[in-house]
Amino acid sequence: MKLDNIYKEEKKSAVAKLSEIIITMASRPSGLIGLSILIFHIILAFISPYIAPHDFKAIDPTLMLQAPSAEYWFGTDDLGRDVFTRTILGGRTALTITFFGSLIALLWGGLLGIFCGLVGGKIDDVVMRIVDAFLSIPWILAMLLIVSLLGTSTEVLIPALGFFYGKGIVRVARAATHDVIAKDFIVSAKARGHSNFSIIWNEIIPNVRDAILVEGAMRWSWMLLGFSSLSFLGFGVSPPTPDWGLMISNARGLMSFAYWAVIAPIVGLSSLIIGINLTADAFAKALGIDRSTKAPV
Amino acid sequence: MTDIIQKVKNLSIGFRSKKGEEILILKNISTNIKKGETVGIVGESGSGKSTLALAMMGYVKHGLYTIEGECQFNSSNLLKMKSKDLEKIRGRKIAMIPQNAGQALTPNLKIGYQIDEALQLHSDLNEKEREKKISELLNKVRLPSPETIALRYPHELSGGQQQRVAVAMALAGTPDLLLLDEPTTGLDVTTQAHVLELLNFIAKDTGTSMVYVSHDLGAIAQVSDRIIVMYSGEIVLEGPSRDILKRPIHPYTHGLLKSIPKLSLAGLPESMPGSQPQPGTIQSGCSFFDRCNFSDENCKNNSPKLEFLKDLNTSVRCFNYEKLVNESQASQTVNKIKNKSQDKEILNLSEVSISYAKQKLLDQIFNRISDDNPTVKDININIKKGETIALVGESGSGKSTILKSIAGLLRTKDGLIRFDENRNLSSDLKERDPNDLRIIQLIFQNPDESLNPNHTVEEIIAQPLKLYFGLKGEELKKNIVDLLQKVRLGEFYTSRYPRQLSGGEKQRVAVARAFAAKPDIILCDEVTSALDVSVQAAVLNLLQQLKEDFGTTYIFVSHDLAVVRAISDRVAVLYQGRLCEVGPSNDVYKFPSHPYTEVLLGAVLEPDPDIKPKLVAEDIVEERPPEKGCSFQGRCSRIVGDICKKEIPPWQLTDSGNAIRCHIPIKELQKEQF
Repeated sequence: MKLDNIYKEEKKSAVAKLSEIIITMASRPSGLIGLSILIFHIILAFISPYIAPHDFKAIDPTLMLQAPSAEYWFGTDDLGRDVFTRTILGGRTALTITFFGSLIALLWGGLLGIFCGLVGGKIDDVVMRIVDAFLSIPWILAMLLIVSLLGTSTEVLIPALGFFYGKGIVRVARAATHDVIAKDFIVSAKARGHSNFSIIWNEIIPNVRDAILVEGAMRWSWMLLGFSSLSFLGFGVSPPTPDWGLMISNARGLMSFAYWAVIAPIVGLSSLIIGINLTADAFAKALGIDRSTKAPV
Repeated sequence: MTDIIQKVKNLSIGFRSKKGEEILILKNISTNIKKGETVGIVGESGSGKSTLALAMMGYVKHGLYTIEGECQFNSSNLLKMKSKDLEKIRGRKIAMIPQNAGQALTPNLKIGYQIDEALQLHSDLNEKEREKKISELLNKVRLPSPETIALRYPHELSGGQQQRVAVAMALAGTPDLLLLDEPTTGLDVTTQAHVLELLNFIAKDTGTSMVYVSHDLGAIAQVSDRIIVMYSGEIVLEGPSRDILKRPIHPYTHGLLKSIPKLSLAGLPESMPGSQPQPGTIQSGCSFFDRCNFSDENCKNNSPKLEFLKDLNTSVRCFNYEKLVNESQASQTVNKIKNKSQDKEILNLSEVSISYAKQKLLDQIFNRISDDNPTVKDININIKKGETIALVGESGSGKSTILKSIAGLLRTKDGLIRFDENRNLSSDLKERDPNDLRIIQLIFQNPDESLNPNHTVEEIIAQPLKLYFGLKGEELKKNIVDLLQKVRLGEFYTSRYPRQLSGGEKQRVAVARAFAAKPDIILCDEVTSALDVSVQAAVLNLLQQLKEDFGTTYIFVSHDLAVVRAISDRVAVLYQGRLCEVGPSNDVYKFPSHPYTEVLLGAVLEPDPDIKPKLVAEDIVEERPPEKGCSFQGRCSRIVGDICKKEIPPWQLTDSGNAIRCHIPIKELQKEQF
């Protein structure tokens, strides 16, 4: 039996697999752009407190609404704070909260979806109807209710966002499980008498993991938008902590003569969302989930 | 020469690998298709036969590109043509009939509308004429009552009818060349025979040239005038079909014909070693070198050229073809099965009925199944230890359903399944204890689906070992390697993923996994039908060997009567979930037999141009079993009267010991059969 090296592929470590996926993602222009933007934002979130040129909460009425200059690159806002400093710091809270929020969404949504897909029957019916019921509640109203009852602390926001964005993942995970469940290797495992847990862990998760991860990455960007909307409405981050949603909300009334105070956070927010979206797309393609672009061999 | 309709000249098609190497799928192919001729292209999966057929219509699959050569149709090269010009040729001059007509037809448009679309594109008829033409076409493909068929949706037709509609659509543009890509592969044996007969008729009637691509030499033998045998992207043999099938002078074709099980021979055919090399792996020498029985040093280093032999009118790519010229195909040898079955009964099915009907709420609450006309009814079979019993029938005959019930995947409605005379296995999975589950293992039809693509071979085989025997570490590893060796795979396979294995290797892994549980009974569900012909014989031989070593009992489900003939000791013929005939396989294959067995046997395609299928019954597909009377009444050509419609036929025993369920007395049955 000889197999040429082009078909040879031994079991790889997780690190090797991950680096291969990242290289494949970066080999596409859109993937490269997305990854660069995302990595830029992540690095920025880590180092921004050390490179910020000004104090983000230093209020100075004499410097109100200054146009961009050499000293204040992006100008100043209505309280005379440096917009550049506040912009580079403004993504930190949003990024952290939504990152952990989407992890929670992935976990509960993914596991519940897989479980429902596997057991089917009445349990599946009941759970999915409950999920449907939650899907029909406008999430922003529900969030406002939760936040006004329990406050806007991180401990409240992360699980609440994670819960509301996990509902969609339940559906995706369940659909992906349904695709796999009809395959003979699941039937074979069932016929051998493996437990449900063993079937989920050994047979289903390796086959639906990719689809769920990609869905989770997409949810992350939606959650970011949602979280910024909360801030915009005044229910997210409380002042004076810099946050894009809050900054946009504060400066929107002055847009006609101090456009810089609005544009900087908008660019920050939308670039991050675009970055995450492009990365998620490239991730999906690198994993071969998007069949239209799959390589022939 | 004007009678050449398509000329393929030095065609090479390939792709570029990730490392930038050019890998050829087709290597320097040259052939001509003449007017009115039917050419069969035969080869295993991956031999490049479909790529060649698609190139003949000017299409190259995504990712592949033409390296050199051309496909000339009416002296213009299709492969260099602009898509605007190709549009005028495709459908009008060259038409294609796909493998799966069910998927090729748009599900939400009526049949008539879809044919009308093809007519609008490819003809200049007005609306009235088109309407007439539609029923003409449907008539030509012998669909009953064309007017009503035209108003149906694709899902309302059976597989054979869908394939007929696809043929009608292809004929709409009155093409000069018809390309058929495995047009009968997904169909039942009886339907397949009918469709082939139709294609033969159309070839004669319209004078259309046909290119028939298939892996099935039996089907090719029925339709083609000339056969092209492909191997690893090359033409290895090309010539008149009779000569090729009767006196194959290329070692590959020779081996292939020998490895096909035939109705006339009991026992397992010889298998061909190895499998086809992957594209790009052959550096020098003949591509068939590894598997050839006639090879020498020369074959290893030099690749043979396609040589035209004038006196045989055949082209062959082999240095040593002369050795084969005198050897005839009749020397097919079979490994006789050693029957070691004991008298001890291992599994007993009595009065088993299974229903798929959706249960009413009340029945659900009381956990019972009520259905007057279940999918499977009154199955009585005794299975002895160490025997191989085959369940045969067309799709919908309930053979897989019975397997599922034995495995516990489906609840039975009534009846008893007993193991070893005392253990009751009528319950489903949840109620069986682990040992009951261990003694019965399943092997599935398609190893691509039955092996988890994200597990290595080691992880796959480890599962039953860990589950049933709790093995760990060194001992586990040792057991896995042992099992791999038993299925003739080396230790180095442990770290491979299923996608890195060939079809035959995958099925071997599936076999190893089933045997890992040390089962008493193995249920084989169409285990060879997804495999290439040359690999099929090897897997059958392996199964037989393992059975002799371990004393396992096989319950073998298949639609392929020749395969069943080769491996089984006893055969049970099923129609619509009811038994028609049960008996030792030698006797079932001899007459007298149940009218349905006769239909099945008549439809088997042998790779021999002299043996034509006998078409006894209509290829109607029945949706549900009849409520009363004989299950086969709807299609039986020798109904004796009202009794067939009202009473369930009695079991009758023949002299040789097989049981037939028919109202016609055995002696009468024998008289009418031949």
